Amino acid sequence: MFSRDTWKEIFEAMSKNKLRTFLTGFTVALGIFIFVTLFGMGNGLQNTFNEFFGQDAVNVLRIYPSQTTLPYGGYKAKRQIEFENDDLEAIAKEFAPFIDYMTPQINNGGTVTYKNESDNYSNRGVGPGMQWAEKNILMKGRYINNKDIRDRTKVAVIGRMVEKDLFNGDNPIGEYIAMGESVFRVVGVYQDDGGDNEERYIYIPFTTRQLIEGNNDKLGQIIIGFKESLGYTGAMDFQNKLDAFMRQRKVISPKDPRGIFIQNIADQLKQNQQFAGALQLIISAIAFAVIISGVIGISNIMVFVVKERTKEIGIRKAMGATPRLITSGIMLESIFITAVFGFLGMLIGIIVLNAITGDTLKDDYFITKPSINLGLAFFVTILLVICGAIAAFVPARRAARIKPIVALRDE
Amino acid sequence: MIEIKDLHKSYRMGSNSLHVLKGINFSVEDGELVAIMGSSGSGKSTLLNILGMLDVADSGSYHLDGVPIKDLSETKAAQYRNKFLGFIFQSFNLINYKNAIENVALPLYYQRIGRKERQEKALKYLERVGLKQWATHLPSELSGGQKQRVAIARAMAAEPKVLLADEPTGALDSTTSYEVMDLIQKINDEGNTILVVTHEEDIAHMCKRIVHLKDGVIVEDKMVEQVRAAQYVQ
Repeated sequence: MFSRDTWKEIFEAMSKNKLRTFLTGFTVALGIFIFVTLFGMGNGLQNTFNEFFGQDAVNVLRIYPSQTTLPYGGYKAKRQIEFENDDLEAIAKEFAPFIDYMTPQINNGGTVTYKNESDNYSNRGVGPGMQWAEKNILMKGRYINNKDIRDRTKVAVIGRMVEKDLFNGDNPIGEYIAMGESVFRVVGVYQDDGGDNEERYIYIPFTTRQLIEGNNDKLGQIIIGFKESLGYTGAMDFQNKLDAFMRQRKVISPKDPRGIFIQNIADQLKQNQQFAGALQLIISAIAFAVIISGVIGISNIMVFVVKERTKEIGIRKAMGATPRLITSGIMLESIFITAVFGFLGMLIGIIVLNAITGDTLKDDYFITKPSINLGLAFFVTILLVICGAIAAFVPARRAARIKPIVALRDE
Repeated sequence: MIEIKDLHKSYRMGSNSLHVLKGINFSVEDGELVAIMGSSGSGKSTLLNILGMLDVADSGSYHLDGVPIKDLSETKAAQYRNKFLGFIFQSFNLINYKNAIENVALPLYYQRIGRKERQEKALKYLERVGLKQWATHLPSELSGGQKQRVAIARAMAAEPKVLLADEPTGALDSTTSYEVMDLIQKINDEGNTILVVTHEEDIAHMCKRIVHLKDGVIVEDKMVEQVRAAQYVQ
């Protein structure tokens, strides 16, 4: 079956029937190619999701104060809730085993000036924990520390883009920038994987902000980094306890949809991942449908090929070809073509996936680093080859059983 | 060489059964050149197909070179065909994507003869039919007569015991027909046994013996004075 002569005969049949060989091969190659690229794009989409929602820390809760909508505990509705410094301490005390770090965030903004350059930037009054919550990476200097909080120092940590826009290549560390009525000393520069906009913030100690705002003790929102070891259910449990604790503390009805709002990144992330997963599932289904239609395509071509060769088979049988030789010849030819073109399609698919990794694709189509598991690509290709072989076997065996006289009569 | 006794064959056509061969008794000696004649539907092609193991009889016995041909598996039939028989068809039946020499070498391939020897033998037989210089041409580049000569070379290449020709001149004009018959006569002169199915009188008379079939039985079996085809060929 595997003698050199057999292969010579098969190669001859293939090379002298180029169109037939090409059509069969093309179907297979196209099927695998579409599968690989489609599946790879699906993975790319999922990568984008993971990256997009992975830029901030996952194990983070944000508590926002807002207006109540229900009267409760002697208070009227439409009361504005605000967090104060003692809330921070109370949470830290009550939930110490759950908490990794904590920071308030007081948003503000305005014109920032350094020498002759000025621009508008948002600034945030925060604590040292913000570095972990935002996953800021320090490039130069230091972050806001506990001493800054205690002493209410006028220091600022600026984003990479702020440095780029205002400092014209000067080293900003130790330089002074004017924000509103105050002047701050730059102590650090950070970068953030979340993109340029995440690098346009200026961080200052929240106590300094409170001092500027007339020495109040308002906190804005509170960000809590909880311990990763809690897991998803632990985090949800923590969130519920915290919600109840804060409602009791701030006298808010447990039924009030507003008053305070807790945003749990872990919960959001899970939903987004589920969405991406569903998308990937749909893409996989389409990709497998492509493979199935590829199998049907090969089967059709094989039936046609054998039909077309009926007369040739008759001639060969008259010349002394045994049914086994006929069947194995057709099968080997089919397997060879599907294997070669299948792997070719797979290779081209992988090359295309590697080639289309770019910013345009990422920004406009949300596809990041499209790729396919090599094992899966091989599995699908081999699956197609096997299906092609089975598809060839049935008509080949029937052809081999045809009486030569019937085959020869077939004009 | 060929010995058949009381051969019957019928074809089922829907609900009807068509009795084509109704008891044929017939034998052929070594080196004979026999014409099997008859109008269409007389059963002459069916007889040839059974002799060629391309078709099987319903009953009766068939011995080829002393070997009983009965209840053969497809594989065995293929091996016997390869060993005993050479076929020449009305429509040539060359494989259209193979050139002349590859077509001639095909039965040798199924005899598992090495490639080099195949090529040598095939070229030798092509030379004998006068087509050595056409060896690398495809059938589509050959005339009808040339195609039939390639088919004859192919039938002879395996050096079979018997050559079976089914209307070998049926698709050819008379001049070309005589050329092909001249070739067949020459091959017979060398001692090869040949059976020719034809419905043309002049072709039949170029054989040495005429067997007349009518409605599935042999009505006449006679020796004839052979007309040499060479006299019609320039």
